[in-house]
Amino acid sequence: MLIQEQSRPGRRAAAQAPLYSAEVSDIPVSARRAAPLVLPEVSELQAVRHYTRLSQKNFSIDTHFYPLGSCTMKYNPRACNTLAMLPGFLARHPAAPDSHGQGLLACLFELQEMLKEVTGMHAVSLAPSAGAQGEFAGVAMIRAYHRARNDSARTEILVPDAAHGTNPASAVMCGFVAREIPTGSNGDVDIAALREAVGPQTAGIMLTNPSTVGVFDRNIVEIAGIVHAAGGLLYYDGANLNAILGKVRPGDMGFDVIHMNLHKTFSTPHGGGGPGAGPVGVSKRLEPFLPVPLVVQDGDDYRWVSEHERPQSIGRLTAFGGNMGILLRAYVYARMLGREGMKRVSEFSTLNANYLMTRLKAAGFDAAYPQRRASHEFIITMKREARDLGVNAMDFAKRLLDYGFHAPTTYFPLLVPECLLIEPTETETKEELDDFVAALIAIREEARTNPELVKGAPHTMPVRRLDDVRAARQLDLAWRSSANCT
Amino acid sequence: MPFVPHTDEDVAAMLGAIGAATIDDLFDEIPRELRIGELAAIPAGMAEMDITRLMQARARADGQPLCFIGAGAYDHHIPAAVWQIASRGEFYSAYTPYQAEASQGTLQLLYEFQSMMTALTALDVSNASLYDGASALAEAVLMAVRANRKAKSNRVLVPRALHPAYRRVLRGIVESQGIEVIEAPFDRQGGHTPVAALDALVGDGGFAAIVINQPNFFGVIEDVDLLTDWAHAQDVLVIAVVNPIALALLKAPGEWGAAGPKRGADIACGEAQPLGMPLSSGGPYAGFLCCKKDLTRQMPGRIVGRTLDLEGKPGFTLTLQAREQHIRRGKATSNICTNQGLLVTAATIHLALLGSAGLERVAAACHANTRRLAALLCEIPGVEPRFDRPMFHEQVLRLPAPTADLLHALAAHGVLGGFDLGPDYPELDPALLVCATELRTEEEMQRYMTTLARVIAARTQAKCPVEPKI
Repeated sequence: MLIQEQSRPGRRAAAQAPLYSAEVSDIPVSARRAAPLVLPEVSELQAVRHYTRLSQKNFSIDTHFYPLGSCTMKYNPRACNTLAMLPGFLARHPAAPDSHGQGLLACLFELQEMLKEVTGMHAVSLAPSAGAQGEFAGVAMIRAYHRARNDSARTEILVPDAAHGTNPASAVMCGFVAREIPTGSNGDVDIAALREAVGPQTAGIMLTNPSTVGVFDRNIVEIAGIVHAAGGLLYYDGANLNAILGKVRPGDMGFDVIHMNLHKTFSTPHGGGGPGAGPVGVSKRLEPFLPVPLVVQDGDDYRWVSEHERPQSIGRLTAFGGNMGILLRAYVYARMLGREGMKRVSEFSTLNANYLMTRLKAAGFDAAYPQRRASHEFIITMKREARDLGVNAMDFAKRLLDYGFHAPTTYFPLLVPECLLIEPTETETKEELDDFVAALIAIREEARTNPELVKGAPHTMPVRRLDDVRAARQLDLAWRSSANCT
Repeated sequence: MPFVPHTDEDVAAMLGAIGAATIDDLFDEIPRELRIGELAAIPAGMAEMDITRLMQARARADGQPLCFIGAGAYDHHIPAAVWQIASRGEFYSAYTPYQAEASQGTLQLLYEFQSMMTALTALDVSNASLYDGASALAEAVLMAVRANRKAKSNRVLVPRALHPAYRRVLRGIVESQGIEVIEAPFDRQGGHTPVAALDALVGDGGFAAIVINQPNFFGVIEDVDLLTDWAHAQDVLVIAVVNPIALALLKAPGEWGAAGPKRGADIACGEAQPLGMPLSSGGPYAGFLCCKKDLTRQMPGRIVGRTLDLEGKPGFTLTLQAREQHIRRGKATSNICTNQGLLVTAATIHLALLGSAGLERVAAACHANTRRLAALLCEIPGVEPRFDRPMFHEQVLRLPAPTADLLHALAAHGVLGGFDLGPDYPELDPALLVCATELRTEEEMQRYMTTLARVIAARTQAKCPVEPKI
């Protein structure tokens, strides 16, 4: 039942508002609300019980193995939350002077420095609020760079067909045309096609490495050479940074600009879909264009730098300069890991992925790129199961929920049919991975003996499979106090 | 090894299964010359007790000064239950609800949020939130220009009395798509955006949309009906930028303008921070975005719909995904692929606890406190209201000395006196934007007044001694 449906006129959580009704008669009646405001009228206990119960209808990292490929669903240390929510941090107003924010600014400055080191970039801005906003900022910097050199012919951004959908969408938001580059059968970018695509119209290329097919592109140095020779810049999508942390750095691979997803690699919470944080790092030639604000150190003090000191900046992405609370969580996580811990992130996420891929191959499942090493994630294709048993990747995914596992990413990347993109992360135990393998084997057996059981899954969730077509055709996007569900 | 559970036996068994001698062998496809050694500039790891000590010291260093700044971020009471529930692992550590059957908690909550936002704005549809108020405005403008093909215009009219940071973010995001932002002036006496000034700006280009800010950045209440009717008379779409707390008292965007088929703003957006989000130096917050039904498919961001499962039982799912980047790629309505899920969780619980009566009390208390504060401060010689129109919960004051100097002196006494308008509005200098939410007490406002009187007196003593009227 919706909270709105539990509402009764006159019921209130009375402790949560001022005890008095203040005078507002100086506000002209013509400016006042005409129709009554209809919000839920419930007691405090009703609200607490309702939302606690709703929470229990979710899968989450804290409750379930969540091998969602490309999302890095690893443990979010509780200390990061507790320490980012200390009263001194929470109560600080964004327009408070720097003198009343030295503690925060010290953390942010040190985070900038650590991110520079771990990515091999020359400078970092923490401003973007999410990966997609980091992409927007990165591509906007590429645009600003070419403009500053009066090179207006560069209208195209190259994007591999395996890329996240955000890459072409971000390129278009910045006024570019996105041009697709095919992926070779071994999972690396098709070099011949790349050579053919580059030219004086090339503004840059957006790459994820390891790519979304779960392999490290071995030709990265050659790719960088080809794009740079054509006058383009290289953009690194940091979605898969977890795979290489402390092992190899985008800056050393030749990338000019990168974004990082702190909600992936630096373990800040996904929160049911956000907030994230998508800091950007750049090579020296792009530094003047970084989004503001930035934190700098002046002697013993830290301070914000805004657009006045950075006339070439692409500017501000949100009103107040970023998701500070998320940046603090990432800072705490980075300090707890330290330099050794960061290396272990890539080592053990790669160990877990390769172990899981090996075990699934041995159990008779098809890896999409069986000859390659897995990075921190890999793809299993259910093409054969779909053909022989009539049970597809989505059916496997839904049945996994009944076994107490969140499903891997399904049907992405688009170029591999019937795919499951599986990312176990470094924080899972061997036992958990073994149980996951056993579940997939058991589901395949069910698909042979009782396919309807799998095709009708899930059976144990709060709802059965939902009608998405109905949801899109008969739109019901908000509860109404009257004429509901017409 | 923090957060890595592997024992030596696990590692040996796993490598054995893979057929690799060492973990390092798993990285053998990465060109050798690219591999790095130590991350020298990163410090060694810390135990939880040690990082706790460090963070506590830093949080203490930032102190908790007495705050009278508003300017787009407001210090409201947040019920204890809000973050206790939002921090539950089931909300905190879940992802975007792609597997709807295993995410009904998040999905139902988002549907309830959308329902609350449509109630507040009196519009038909809400999305599941965007990054913040400023970026939500940029998305609203992109949406309006896409939708208003009739206008054949890429120009958008934006009041100068809109938050300066919002105007900057807007330009930064939309100008690369060829959209031109034109500023509408404000009245020097009233602080509002006069309709009379708009006709001169129309020119040959026309406008695809106008942004109307209620209350505006100065706290002043705009003539939203006149502005809306002016826009609709020439097929210009109306984008409302509104404060969700103010909507408990002020006319909802869907009610703006004369009765008729066009009535109401077409899009409403704003900052949801006042609904249960701590100030946190500016984020994370959440932007909201609502619209009339016929603009639904132009909406960016996540949208949750109610549907039925295969047994006919109601359930919730992400819908209209054909607008989004993971399906449409380069042709998507936006590149956005998250919402501010956790903040929306807080906002929804917050609104459920406040209800309409609670929210009205909060709004009225903020209004009354700011009036009281302004009255107190105006007892100091040389301090006076800058505008003569009614305001919601912020007020611009004229000061007898440079604003930055006074604010600096106040901060040294632990009072953050407001937002200096000088840098963004040199035409108003010296001017200060103050705010007193429901949390500010009479005693705190008195303390602000006596402190300000003292720092003004100290400054002017040498030239012409002033005796505060207190």
